[in-house]
Amino acid sequence: MDLVRSYHEELRLIEKPWKGVWIGLLLAGMILLPWLGDDHLIYATTLICIYAIGVQGQNILIGYTGQISLGQAGFVAIGAFSFGHLSRAGVPLLLAVLGAGIMAGLFGILVGFPSLRLKGPYLAIATLGFGIAVYQILTAYELLSGGRMGMVVRKLPPVCGLSREVSTYYFVFIMGLGFTLLSYNIVSSYLGRAFIAIRDNDVAAEAMGVSLTHYKLLSFGISSFYTGIQGALYGLFIGFLDPQMFTFFESLTLFIAVIIGGLASVEGSILGAAFVIVVPQAISESKGMVPVIFGITVMIIMIFEPLGLAGRWRKIRLYFRNWPFR
Amino acid sequence: MTAFFHYTLAGLSNGSLYVLVALGVVLIYRSTRILNFAHGDMATLGTFFAFTLLSFNLPFYAAVALSLLFGSVLAMIFYFLILVPAQRREATLLGQITLTVGLGMIFQGAATSIWGSEPQVIGFPLSDTKTWTVGPLVLDELSAGALGAGILGSFLFYLLVHKTSLGLAMRAISENLPAAQTLGIPTRKVLALSWGLAASLGVLAGLFLAPALFLDPFFMLEPFLKGFAGAILGGLNSLPGAILGGLVIGLAESLTAGYVSLELKNTMAFLLIIVVLLIKPEGLLGKVFKERV
Repeated sequence: MDLVRSYHEELRLIEKPWKGVWIGLLLAGMILLPWLGDDHLIYATTLICIYAIGVQGQNILIGYTGQISLGQAGFVAIGAFSFGHLSRAGVPLLLAVLGAGIMAGLFGILVGFPSLRLKGPYLAIATLGFGIAVYQILTAYELLSGGRMGMVVRKLPPVCGLSREVSTYYFVFIMGLGFTLLSYNIVSSYLGRAFIAIRDNDVAAEAMGVSLTHYKLLSFGISSFYTGIQGALYGLFIGFLDPQMFTFFESLTLFIAVIIGGLASVEGSILGAAFVIVVPQAISESKGMVPVIFGITVMIIMIFEPLGLAGRWRKIRLYFRNWPFR
Repeated sequence: MTAFFHYTLAGLSNGSLYVLVALGVVLIYRSTRILNFAHGDMATLGTFFAFTLLSFNLPFYAAVALSLLFGSVLAMIFYFLILVPAQRREATLLGQITLTVGLGMIFQGAATSIWGSEPQVIGFPLSDTKTWTVGPLVLDELSAGALGAGILGSFLFYLLVHKTSLGLAMRAISENLPAAQTLGIPTRKVLALSWGLAASLGVLAGLFLAPALFLDPFFMLEPFLKGFAGAILGGLNSLPGAILGGLVIGLAESLTAGYVSLELKNTMAFLLIIVVLLIKPEGLLGKVFKERV
C-alpha cells in the first residue's frame, strides 16, 4: 500500500496531502475549541492533553523499549511536587515545568539502574515498589508534600484577555503538541531505533553495538521526563496537590492507557489518554464501575486486538482503501 | 531483648501470611510464566464472599471452606475463559500479564460496587485482644492463628506438591510443558487446578488479614505486594524461596517498624528487594536463567 521510495520519505511526518488536511482540520478544531465547546469539553480536553504527554512517555518505555514499568504514578508525583515547590519559590513558570521534568528524569535514571539486571516481571515489581515508596514517603513527610491539607499551587494567570481556563488550555495544548512532535522525532531517529532493537532482542542489540546501559537508562530518563512534565501540568491545572492523587491506581491507569491505545504508537498514546479520561467522565454517576470497564476493555483489546486502538484504526483504514477487495 | 523477640514474633506471624500469598504467586509463575497481578483482588473477593456468608449466620468453618472454593472457581473460570483463548492467539508475555492486571481491576470494581468502599468488620472467632503469656513473650490469639494457618497451609501445600501424583504433574509441567503434554499429562486441567489452588491460598491469607486490617475493597493491596515482594526475593521459580522470602519480608518490616520508624516499614520492604535483586537478580533461592539469541 504505502510504497516508500526514499529514506527522506520514510522520515516524513505527513506522508500524504490528505493526511495533512485531516491533521490541519484537527488542529484548527483544537485551536477553536474554546469558542465551539462548553466548559466541560475544555476541561476534558485539557486533561487529555496533559495525560497524552505522560502516556507518550510511558509508551516510549513500554511500547518501544519493552521495559515494563508499573510505578509511573511515582514519577508523576515527583514532577508535580517538584513543580509545586519550585513555583512556590518563585521560579518562572516554564523553568519550573522544565525543572519538574528534569527532577523526574533524574529519578527515572536512578530507577533505570535495576533495569540493567532485571527483566520482565522482576523489573515490573521493582518499579511498582518504587511507585508505592514515593507515595508512602510523600504521605509520611509533610515537609515534602506540603502538609496534611495538601499543597496549593499557583494557577496560570489569565493572559491576552482570555479566561484562566482557556489560557491554561492553550498552554497545555502547545506543550502537548510540542511533546507529540518530539516523540515522533525520537522514535524515527537513531535513538528510537536503538530502543526498538533493545525491545526485540537486547542481547542481539548489544552485539550490534547498541550500548544497553546507555540506552536503557536514556529510555527511563526520557519516559520519566515526560511523566514529570505531566505531573507539573496537572498541578498547574488543578492548582492543588495531595499524595492521594498518586496512588497505585494512577500507575495502573497510565499503564492501561498505553495498552488500550496501542503499544509502540504515538497516535495510540493520545487515543489511550483520551480513553482513560473520557470513560470516567462519561459514567461519573457510578464511579465504582470505572475499573470494571477499564479491566474489560483491556481484556478485549489483549485478546482480539493486541495492537490496541491504533492497530484497529490502521486495519479499518486498510479495509476502506482496498474496498471492494480484501 | 524482649522487645526484639516481640518484633520477631510479630514479623514471623505476618510473614507467614505473606508466605501464603507468595506461594500462590510462585505456583502460577512456575507453571505458566505469568505474574498474576490479580492475585490480591481474587483474595479480596473471596474474603468478601466469606463475609457475606458469615452475615447469613453460616458456621465459620463452612464459610471458610466455601470461600476458598469460591476463590478457586473464580481463578479457574479466568484460566479457561480468558487465558486459554489468549494463549491460542499467541498472546505475548506482556499481554498475559496485562490480562491479569485487567482482571484485578474488574474484581476491584466489582467488590466496590457490591460491598461498597466502607471498611467492614468481619466476624472472626479469633480475637487480637485475648493474649497468652509464655515466659517473657505475649502472644495474641489472632497472630498465633495466622502463624498456625501459615505453617499448616505451607505444609499441606508441600505434601501436595511433593507426595501426590497431582504435584508430580505440576512439577513436570513447570519443568517442560511440551514434554509433559507428550507424556499424556492433562496439562490444561492441571494448570487450571494450579490457578485454583493459588487463589485459595490467597483467600486463606485474606481471611486471616481481614480482622486486623478491616475489610474494604483495597485491603489486600499491601499484603499482596508484600507477598509478591517475598516471592521475588526468594526467587520466582522456587517454592522454598517463596517461604523464605515471605518470612524475610515480614521480619524486615516488623523490625523496621520497631527500631527505625513506623512510616518507613512498607518502604523498607521494597528497598530490601531492590537491593537483593541488584546483588542476586534471580532471587535468594532462584535458579540462574541464561538466555541465547
